[in-house]
Amino acid sequence: MSSQATAERSPAASGFWEGFRLSVPVVVAAGPFAVLFGALAVGNGFTVFEAVFMSAAVFGGASQMVGIELFGQHVAPWLIVLSIFAVNFRHVLYSAAIGRHLAHWPPLQQAVAYFILTDPQYAIAESKAESGRKVGFAFYMGAGLPVYVSWNILTALGAFFGRMIPDTHALGIDFLLPIYFLGLVMGFRKRPLWLPVVIASAAASILAYKTIGSPWHVTVGAFAGVVFAALMPSSGKREAQS
Amino acid sequence: MSTIFWIIVAGAVATYLTRIGGHLVISRFDTIHPRIEAGLNAVPAAVLTTLVAPAMLDAGPAEWAAIVVAALVSLRGGLMSMFLAGAVVLIVARQFVG
Repeated sequence: MSSQATAERSPAASGFWEGFRLSVPVVVAAGPFAVLFGALAVGNGFTVFEAVFMSAAVFGGASQMVGIELFGQHVAPWLIVLSIFAVNFRHVLYSAAIGRHLAHWPPLQQAVAYFILTDPQYAIAESKAESGRKVGFAFYMGAGLPVYVSWNILTALGAFFGRMIPDTHALGIDFLLPIYFLGLVMGFRKRPLWLPVVIASAAASILAYKTIGSPWHVTVGAFAGVVFAALMPSSGKREAQS
Repeated sequence: MSTIFWIIVAGAVATYLTRIGGHLVISRFDTIHPRIEAGLNAVPAAVLTTLVAPAMLDAGPAEWAAIVVAALVSLRGGLMSMFLAGAVVLIVARQFVG
């Protein structure tokens, strides 16, 4: 946007700030969930350290919520780990899709990048690649680091002060992420097969949600859309990507 | 160390495997078949849709109003404006319809 104004900075610095700007809505949307997670974790028997450790080590909101919920219900540890794995399984698809655009980085940078490959991080990197420009490490970290740092700080705040959160429902906190994710979906609407893929994934995920239940609806719905796209007759030919 | 500690460590390892695993598998192939590529191009819409659609099942008027307004704004505006528009509609509507 303001590339002229930032031309004097080094490419790495301007890349970082370009990513940083894109991280702002993510920090705003995910922040309440970090606070909520911290509060719920302590309520379910975690210490403040354990709550922050989980945010720092796993860094995946939905899976962390599932983890503390199951722990609170005294579910077997291996089943908790399996559930975390199931909730996060969609990242396999992100990883496969974004790897094409990170492969020119040194291995250590790639290893770090995959550690913070969340839903919004993937979407930001993918739309940057889609715009035809290279996804740089500085840009990627600019988008991801603010989210990672704020996620951990807000987890700690939630763990310390969580009981003081007022009416979370009135503040709409439980529905902010679906709105944000809808924005990400809409951002990819210029892609071939976008609408049919959205319809296929929506139908399959709702069906799975009603039958086998959460969190499997994510994996089932995602694979339905991906397989659908791969099987479409037009997909058999290599075509210029728009 | 506590049980919680080891659950977190194992959960973190499992999560990292999902985040790097897709790339490690795909990068073993020299060329990517066009159908695989079409599938990969569908990944963002496919996965992110599953994070929205089931949430609409339990949604009431406030949530529907928010999501419709946010979708309309997203046709013209950027991510931040659609997000803020949806959040404002949601919070205001919930004061009335709970």
